[in-house]
Amino acid sequence: MTSVPLTTRRRRVTFPPPVVFALVLVPFLIEAIGVFWPAVQGISLSFLHWNGFGPATTVGFDNYTSLATDDVFIGALKNTAIWIVLFGGISFIAGLGVAVLFQAERRGVGIYRTALFLPIVFSLVVTSLIWSAFFQPNGVLDAILDGVGLSSWKHVWLGDPSTALYAVIVAALWREIGYVMVLFIAGLKAIDPSVTEAAKMDGASAWQRFWLVTFPQLRNVNLVIVSVLVIDSLRSFDIVYAMTAGGPFHSTELLSTYMFSEAFQTRALGYASAIAVVIFVLAIAVIISYLVRAISDEKES
Amino acid sequence: MTATTQTRIGATARPERLSPPRRRKSRRRSFATVAFHTSSSLISLVWFAPILLVLVTSFRTFDDVSRNGIASAPSTFTLQTYFDAWVHGELFRALVNSMIVTVPTVVLTLLLSAAAAFGLSRYRIPFRRTILLVMLAGNLLPVQMILIPITRIAQQLNIFDTLGAVIAVQTAFGLGFYTFVLYGFMRTIPVELQDAASLDGAGPVRTFLQVILPLTRPALAALGALSFTWIFNDLLWSITLINTDSRLPMTAAVLSLKGQYVSSWSVIAAATVIAAIPSVIVFLFFQKSFIGGLALGSVK
Repeated sequence: MTSVPLTTRRRRVTFPPPVVFALVLVPFLIEAIGVFWPAVQGISLSFLHWNGFGPATTVGFDNYTSLATDDVFIGALKNTAIWIVLFGGISFIAGLGVAVLFQAERRGVGIYRTALFLPIVFSLVVTSLIWSAFFQPNGVLDAILDGVGLSSWKHVWLGDPSTALYAVIVAALWREIGYVMVLFIAGLKAIDPSVTEAAKMDGASAWQRFWLVTFPQLRNVNLVIVSVLVIDSLRSFDIVYAMTAGGPFHSTELLSTYMFSEAFQTRALGYASAIAVVIFVLAIAVIISYLVRAISDEKES
Repeated sequence: MTATTQTRIGATARPERLSPPRRRKSRRRSFATVAFHTSSSLISLVWFAPILLVLVTSFRTFDDVSRNGIASAPSTFTLQTYFDAWVHGELFRALVNSMIVTVPTVVLTLLLSAAAAFGLSRYRIPFRRTILLVMLAGNLLPVQMILIPITRIAQQLNIFDTLGAVIAVQTAFGLGFYTFVLYGFMRTIPVELQDAASLDGAGPVRTFLQVILPLTRPALAALGALSFTWIFNDLLWSITLINTDSRLPMTAAVLSLKGQYVSSWSVIAAATVIAAIPSVIVFLFFQKSFIGGLALGSVK
């Protein structure tokens, strides 16, 4: 939001009144009970064999060593990596591209932005239904291929292990690119246009102006967007669950969907918890870098 | 849609009108304009096409779609699909369930996080920065970490399979992020206002409710609009914590409807439209805050 400059000096208040502690502590305790305590339990569950009903047995690191030889898990790990690279990478590049295209205020640009942005409003379930209609056998994509004489390319896009993951990524991209665009436009607007103008005066081409002047100034925005994209990728669940539920033959299985099916269908609670811990460990670097940035932002202001 | 951007029009507008009109240059420029609008319209159209497809399909009869394919030009018009989805698919009940979850969660989260942000930003509470970051860290945790433990806790508390469980966990999980954003916003409110209030004899709670909270309205509107769509659109917690069909919120209900009406794309399309409408309404009403909020809340 708009940052009104802090005109005030720090108040030299003595100790805050007790009711203020209550205002802070109540939400903090709710989060502690609702998030942190369960998270700790999640870690300790990962050292158990347990189906949720019978007695649990402690198995040490067994769950983790089993993961290493579990083909489905390794496939899910690979798919998650593909997801981060393709979903994250394309969102980043395409989002930056449309942001540059639609950054300047001119006639009609509001409509274009809205068209790209609108999908973010839809739930991932809605997105998945929209795109299932597109990819289904004899659906829109097949009809288009028929129309341009490429009938031989027709495919059961979501039913074929070699294409299903990419089809789901296309659907996820449709919803994410507009979001990344909004973040980039906000970042681009914050750049002082006079620097770019100066570069233009000095005869820099549009391409040079972008790569040498504009892009370096987006460093902070880039960092935010990369962290958002990685965290979003690791969290991705809804769209895969709704479109393919991880199938066919685990070809679209992500760590998050595999964890869910191990937990609530196989009822291997300890094993599923171990997968969750792996997701957490993968996310932790991003979370920490994000928090470090939050601290430094916070100190600056 | 350009909440954050309008202010800068003056600053970024090309000086084209100021420069002397040179014919070659202006022709090149008009070519550039045509190229811009052509490519932009194409991109927008590609983006909008899937939505259009679902809208059109939702008004076609089952026979039309199954005989001619979903990509064919529509030859029928019906509202039966919406009736089927709304009544037989029980989306009305799902909408009610979603509202029972979403509205209290949004209000509760905003109120609680505003209170925390108020205390942290306006008073010198020891370790306030640590508290803030710990709370934010909680929101960044992958949700999978707490899925199983929360299910167990809900069972032990006998609230498993109730909407209350979804409200509770959504509130707890959202708090950190909203506190962080509101903290940043409240810091910018001048201290004098608060001093004036306390000179008038207002305690912290009254200062919070009558001075700070009204001034935080823009941020609350942005976060409220965003969190409405996030919570309304969430699937994972509903399918984890709710077992009974009649208690499923919208997203989960639409998904199970897809299973029932497997081959009837027009009913599924109608259900899709119904499921999208509430978020679209919130988006249209709060468009400016919504987009401003996304940029400000780039944590999500």
